[in-house]
Amino acid sequence: MNWKRAASASIVAVPIILLLGYGMTRDPKEIPSPLPGREAPAFSLAVFAEGVGAQRRAVGDTVRLAEHAGEVVVLNFWASWCLACRDEHSALSAVSEAYAPKGVQFYGMLYNDVPANGTRWISQMGGQSYPSLEDPRTRTAIDYGLYGVPETFFVGRDGRVAYKHVGPISAVVLARKLDSLLALPGPSRPSGGRPVGEPVGEPVGEPARSVAVPRAGR
Amino acid sequence: MTRLIGLNALMVALAVAAFGVVMAPIGVRRARADLVRATYSATYAMFALVTIATFAMIFALVTHDFSVGYVAQVGSRATPLFYTIISLWGALEGSILFWAWVLSLLSALVVFWNRDREGALIPYTTMTMLAVSVFFLILLVGPANPFTLIAPTPLDGPGPNPLLQNHILMGVHPPLLYLGYVGMTVPFAFAVGAMAAGEVGEDTWIKLSRRWTLGAWAFLTAAIIAGMWWSYEVLGWGGYWAWDPVENASFMPWLTSTAFLHSMMVQERRGMLKLWNLNLIVATFALTILGTFLTRSGVLSSVHAFGEGPIGMYFLVAIAVTLVASFALVAGNSEQLSSEGRLDSVASRETVILLNNLMLTAFTFTVLVGTLFPIIAEAARGVKVSVGEPFFNKMSLPLIASLLFLMGVGPALPWRRASKEVVRRQLLPPLIGAVIAAVAAIAVGAHQVYAVLTFAFAAFALVANVREYVTGVKARMTLRNESAVTALGRLVGANRRRYGGYIAHLGIIAMGVAIAASSTFRREYEATLRKGESMAAGGYSVKLLEVYGREEPQRSRIAASVAILKDGAEIGRLDPAMNFYPTSQQPIPTPAVRSRAWGDIYINLMAFQQDGSNATLKVIVEPLVPWIWFGGGIICLGAIVSMFPTRRRSAAWMGARVAPDGRGARPSPGAATPAGGMLASNTLEGAD
Repeated sequence: MNWKRAASASIVAVPIILLLGYGMTRDPKEIPSPLPGREAPAFSLAVFAEGVGAQRRAVGDTVRLAEHAGEVVVLNFWASWCLACRDEHSALSAVSEAYAPKGVQFYGMLYNDVPANGTRWISQMGGQSYPSLEDPRTRTAIDYGLYGVPETFFVGRDGRVAYKHVGPISAVVLARKLDSLLALPGPSRPSGGRPVGEPVGEPVGEPARSVAVPRAGR
Repeated sequence: MTRLIGLNALMVALAVAAFGVVMAPIGVRRARADLVRATYSATYAMFALVTIATFAMIFALVTHDFSVGYVAQVGSRATPLFYTIISLWGALEGSILFWAWVLSLLSALVVFWNRDREGALIPYTTMTMLAVSVFFLILLVGPANPFTLIAPTPLDGPGPNPLLQNHILMGVHPPLLYLGYVGMTVPFAFAVGAMAAGEVGEDTWIKLSRRWTLGAWAFLTAAIIAGMWWSYEVLGWGGYWAWDPVENASFMPWLTSTAFLHSMMVQERRGMLKLWNLNLIVATFALTILGTFLTRSGVLSSVHAFGEGPIGMYFLVAIAVTLVASFALVAGNSEQLSSEGRLDSVASRETVILLNNLMLTAFTFTVLVGTLFPIIAEAARGVKVSVGEPFFNKMSLPLIASLLFLMGVGPALPWRRASKEVVRRQLLPPLIGAVIAAVAAIAVGAHQVYAVLTFAFAAFALVANVREYVTGVKARMTLRNESAVTALGRLVGANRRRYGGYIAHLGIIAMGVAIAASSTFRREYEATLRKGESMAAGGYSVKLLEVYGREEPQRSRIAASVAILKDGAEIGRLDPAMNFYPTSQQPIPTPAVRSRAWGDIYINLMAFQQDGSNATLKVIVEPLVPWIWFGGGIICLGAIVSMFPTRRRSAAWMGARVAPDGRGARPSPGAATPAGGMLASNTLEGAD
């Protein structure tokens, strides 16, 4: 063995490794999505899981994105068959509860799954603080250009998609993105222009009913 | 329970393999035969343990044990049993487990067949195999653990990737690919073993590697063909190769191992290219790991979605260790690697093989640069780019054409030096064939330069390779008074290595012609038809009979029933379909193909009206496509023929013993001798 030669030859490997290492820090799936900055695609979907507290919506209600004009809305696409969705579930539920008083509305969007599986999953996971909507034929998922589940979309007060998060999201990322969105002023309506958590089209006082929450399952 | 058995088996296997890696060098240095034997026993034990883990996983899949992480990820009660079993390699963790199992099997076989060989080569080879196993076992107990606990236990799972379920070839392609990839570990381990043992000046490692390399190469070839076939049958665009990073990842080690198979002959015959051969096999192994890294780490876009975890980092470390250690070993040993011979003449077989190696290496480099260019561009200029088919086609067409040409020249020329007379006599008939093919191709309507060149050089190589058979058979017929068939059988049987290679050449020629023809003469037609309406498609008429739907347990299916008519008479029916899986966002197209030797009619259902009143069909008429798959089969047959041992050349030539095993598709009874016998006969066929 000629160690001197051996050492100098192994240096050849360094640039290759550095290049691949650099590649590791990039995310090829972070395809510059045309969606952020654009108007969030409208939807009108039925509630199948109620949620808790201020965000609660009755099962069967139709939710329109337009109801939340001037508010920050978080849409989380998930499915009961999705393992990564289990990881992010508690973070989403907790952050949603904490930010509900600041006028942030969360919705779960069931993707390629049946509501029965969805409700069973929610009860298994110990409940969910925000309502979930069913998306028959995955129309809305297609509108949002879903790549897979989970994916989380942040809609700003201006009704535009501000961020898109691919894969399970953490509480820290959620809070940081929400704080930055809440810091921006709304375009037409001042922030908090509407009582927080008041569902449009329902009589005032309805939120009071929200005590009876199904934290079912255990 | 199943989960714990599997996980514990893997952990013990890791410990056992690590023990072997440490004991082998100590045993060699201190000349302790007991430690070396302990290393061998560790290899067998590792194989047994990984086998237990693999069977535990299959058991968990079959019994729908959703508390096992991997089963919850790919299992589903609605999935048919066959697809449940093959979902073992349907996602990352399972495929790493399968990989580790094949690797442990090969390690055990290497030890078993060579355990009585003296010297440090085999202990160090075993050490290398075990070290690679340690890496995969670390993945399996760490970031790619398939036996994680899922609590609470889900009631059902999403089922395997729809693409895996949609076609039988997807069940075949991955294991073939893993066998090819993992198989390349063996020649690499022999090379590292020889370098570590300081025996690299001798040819032992090359002789031991030859058969393993051929086997791995045959699997890799079959895997690539199966992958092409799969994308042709499933993806619905009528093509079979798109220079996708995943495809390139399997193609690059194929190119370097093809080069290695040729250049090892030069080392055996002439004692040249020793350093080059070491580099080729190191490159081949590094490219298999790089390919896995590229497709599994998320560095480049691939079909695998989330949850890859930190596995890319582990592969990066593995690549770093492989490259640094191999480069250091090769350079450190390079003084022993001086050539014994030199090129005597430009007109010789070794020159042609050298050129073939240069072409194949240039090809590998081109594909590598094209594949990595997105990362290079982002690092250098911060822009996202993608390298498309035009780059690869432009770069590869001249290389493919010249490789076909060399494939004709090589077999026609003798080793060392050919006289002008020999060159003229050997190359004139192929040249005539090439001219005829070129004229015919232009007459039929091929206009691109490279298409015409491909047809011409394919004809050139065909004539040259077939002539090798014809002259050999003729010689035997006159000298030994044998019938043509007997002569052919004995000719191949007595020189399996050489004639196996020529068979593989014929397969490559078939593929080359089929690829050139199907891309040059491809015609596409698209139309929206109402029930009962017809469209014309290249001499045929395609009539939509009906659009129907069907519910299956794991999917729903919408299909169009289509009749193909020629001159008003129905010659066949096809049912192109779209399959809808619950976990997939998009329908999976399922084209229908009518295959005949002259070519395919390929029909894809593009869209349909909900009420079934009309459907949009794409009809592609592609000549000679089946010859791609058939050519792939011929290549593998050639590899098998040249893999099996030749009997003593003299005996076969004297006709002393009847050799009815003619084509050599199966090992002759002689091969049933103990392992030592197989290896001994290997050295006898040095002269091809």
